[in-house]
Amino acid sequence: MVRAFNTIAFDAAKCDGCGDCMVACAQAKTGTDDIARSRIQIVGREKDFELALCRQCADPKCVTVCPAGALGKDGETGVIGWDASKCVDCLLCTVGCAYAGIALDEVSGHVSKCDTCDGNPACVPACPHGALKYITTANIYNEVGDWEDLFAPGLAGCQGCNTELLMRHTLRRVGPDTVLATPPGCVPGMGSVGFNGTTGTKVPVFHPLLTNTAAMLAGIKRQYKRVGREINALAIAGDGGASDVGFQSLSGAAERGEQMLFMVVDNEGYMNTGMQRSSCTPYGAWTSTTPVGAGCSAGMPSQGKTQDAKNLPLIMVNHRCAYVATASTAYMEDLYEKLDKALLASKTGFAYLHVYSPCTTGWRFPTHQNMEVARKAVETNFVMLWEFTPQKGLRFTKPVDDPLPVTEYLKVMGRFRHLSEDQITHIQGKVVENAKFVQRFSEQAHGG
Amino acid sequence: MDQAMEQTKYLIVGSSHAALEAVSAIRMHDPEGSLTVVTRDAHLPYSPTVLPYVVSGKSAPERIFLRDDDFFARNKVSYRPKAALAALHADSNTAELADGSHLAYEKLLLATGASPAIPPIPGIDTVSYHVLRTLDDALKLRDAIAKSKQAVVLGAGLVGMHAAENLVKAGASVTIVEMSDQLTAGYFDKVAAQMIEQAFIDNGAKIMTGNRVVRLEPSPVGAKLTLENGTTLEADLLLVATGVKPEMAYLNGSGVEHGQGILVDDRMQTSVANVWAAGDCAQARGFFTDTQVMNAILPDATVQGRVAGMAMAGDPGIKEYPGGVPLNTYHFFGRHAISVGSSKVPEGGEVVTRFDEKTGRYLKAIFQDGRLTGIFGVNEFFDGGVMCQLILRRIDLTDVKERLLANPLAVGREIMSKTWR
Repeated sequence: MVRAFNTIAFDAAKCDGCGDCMVACAQAKTGTDDIARSRIQIVGREKDFELALCRQCADPKCVTVCPAGALGKDGETGVIGWDASKCVDCLLCTVGCAYAGIALDEVSGHVSKCDTCDGNPACVPACPHGALKYITTANIYNEVGDWEDLFAPGLAGCQGCNTELLMRHTLRRVGPDTVLATPPGCVPGMGSVGFNGTTGTKVPVFHPLLTNTAAMLAGIKRQYKRVGREINALAIAGDGGASDVGFQSLSGAAERGEQMLFMVVDNEGYMNTGMQRSSCTPYGAWTSTTPVGAGCSAGMPSQGKTQDAKNLPLIMVNHRCAYVATASTAYMEDLYEKLDKALLASKTGFAYLHVYSPCTTGWRFPTHQNMEVARKAVETNFVMLWEFTPQKGLRFTKPVDDPLPVTEYLKVMGRFRHLSEDQITHIQGKVVENAKFVQRFSEQAHGG
Repeated sequence: MDQAMEQTKYLIVGSSHAALEAVSAIRMHDPEGSLTVVTRDAHLPYSPTVLPYVVSGKSAPERIFLRDDDFFARNKVSYRPKAALAALHADSNTAELADGSHLAYEKLLLATGASPAIPPIPGIDTVSYHVLRTLDDALKLRDAIAKSKQAVVLGAGLVGMHAAENLVKAGASVTIVEMSDQLTAGYFDKVAAQMIEQAFIDNGAKIMTGNRVVRLEPSPVGAKLTLENGTTLEADLLLVATGVKPEMAYLNGSGVEHGQGILVDDRMQTSVANVWAAGDCAQARGFFTDTQVMNAILPDATVQGRVAGMAMAGDPGIKEYPGGVPLNTYHFFGRHAISVGSSKVPEGGEVVTRFDEKTGRYLKAIFQDGRLTGIFGVNEFFDGGVMCQLILRRIDLTDVKERLLANPLAVGREIMSKTWR
């Protein structure tokens, strides 16, 4: 079976060449401060630093050229291990590796390579600049692979649909003891409620109206409770269905503390019906109802949406729900943590999860750019990832200390291509304002 | 052949690096197709390269195997030792084994390696001598070295030098006889060879380069050697290590074109349909020449095996063979030597050397138009794999040449991380 593995990631932009990682490695592995013996090597000059470190290749050349069978990839951890008792010190592995990941330690006379310190690499916490990270996301994928996909195969989503990825992951995690509500939108549009009398899921699913999703789901959950059966009540709704026409029932259910997990897939518009604007569509964005060009709107030139987006998750915080969080598929580890917490909170109260979900069709970017677009939204602070509980208040889960200019986000898709300088300035201003607003929220919440 | 002949989709002959890489490559693309590996060897797969360490005792013979039965079971491979290829009937896609049985294949890989080349010295068949190519050879040589008092090693290639060092360390008096006028010719240059020679002399070995044996005869000790210059030597242990060459008798009548080795194209295909060849038996395009050359080294065998396996399985991800680059590493008396690339200076080429007598560090690099074509070091460690990529990618190093020579380790890594991270 193909497995994913944990890995040490290096961000060259954050590295100042201080060498602390090498000292930490040398100390951990050789008991000395001799950085020449470190298995992680930072090389370069002035401001330009590069990395030589074993990549724990999936198809490791060092292993294939070893004549002694002394190197091998561990199928569980992915780490390429070195067996000193078999090694003949021939150095052929150093000739096989194109990445300088295994090299001669001149003091010991043997080759040495990174073994990730058995999953707790000494170099990572030693880095004072956050240039090294130990990425453990792989565990999620390995685990998820063992869970059943509870959607039918072959849903009719657009090519490269982020929402399909999100809903499959979500339902796998939430599991088979679930009743699913999917109001009109992309999710039933691609087949959750099925065709020709069969559903698109392997759990009970229903298709409420846009206006009554939360109310219907609340009633179903109560009925199950009444007959003594524990189920997960899960709604997967679009931003239109939640922030516009469905808002009153959502707000009502949240206020009453109905026991459910309400997930909003925010692709910032009514994408399923032809990409109309919603109250979550950001300022300046092109949609089919906020067009671009001369003579669009009663003879007046138009430049996309003229209002700012509603911040629905913050509104939900003001319902003092049991759990509220924002998430992004570009940060699956974070998303899964929040999904687990939301699921737990939904046993006793209302849990709300707002996931930003780029739309390749409506936002106009190439299908393979999904994760890049989602990541750029976070890296520019255009969206912020945080969670809220009434007990602990609001806290950022992926704080961005040094956000990229918002243009880095805007330029990766077509719906913002027409923006004027003034519009970009407006958006950048709103990003800063929003960040400050949520920041204040988090400080006050922590203050009690 | 009247009874139903055994059939296999893939047949691989040989069981060392090229064969094992081909197995992996085939299974990456075709997890189910029937796959049979036959080998003349009696054991599980091992590398000829590890054998000097079996001789020295550094490697336990029972721990050198590169795969186990479980690997073959998991990968649905029928592994058959003691099954040498006797004849290839390419017109009927059939292999005839030494026991007379026949195997029909759809795709065949010849990865039969090489055998010791025995020089035609008069009287060689009247004396007993050792060679080192198989595990059985290694075990015999290991036992003989323990008893030897005076030994002669014919040939100063890496196999001969390794064995000579083992003999020296076991306390025998050792003479190395080499035809060419330097040791390890073809692997290392004169300066490096002299450093190696000095290390052997310092440890008590006798070196006779530029010399050849003209006569061999039995003697009370074992063998008596007469050299071209009239010197005679007595040996209780004679090791013939004058190189290797592929055994290709099984190709007779098959139509598979061969020269020094089996001629293959950049997908390791031979001149005959459904037949590929890889590893020490193959003669493939050299990176520095446009002709097909022998490049019988371990890293190249793995590359060739991979290409051949992907071609046989029809893997669309195949990348053609980039051409063979010589790559060698060698340890002697606690020192190491690494050579990457061609030792020939190309036309208009530039040779840069540096030698530090105090530390014994020697470095030599050859450039052409600012691009690296070869780099060699003694006691100067650099990442051979990184250097090989600099050569294969023909990266222009004009601006960093000085820095690269001053510190090939750090600067090589810097270029690597910037260029192919």
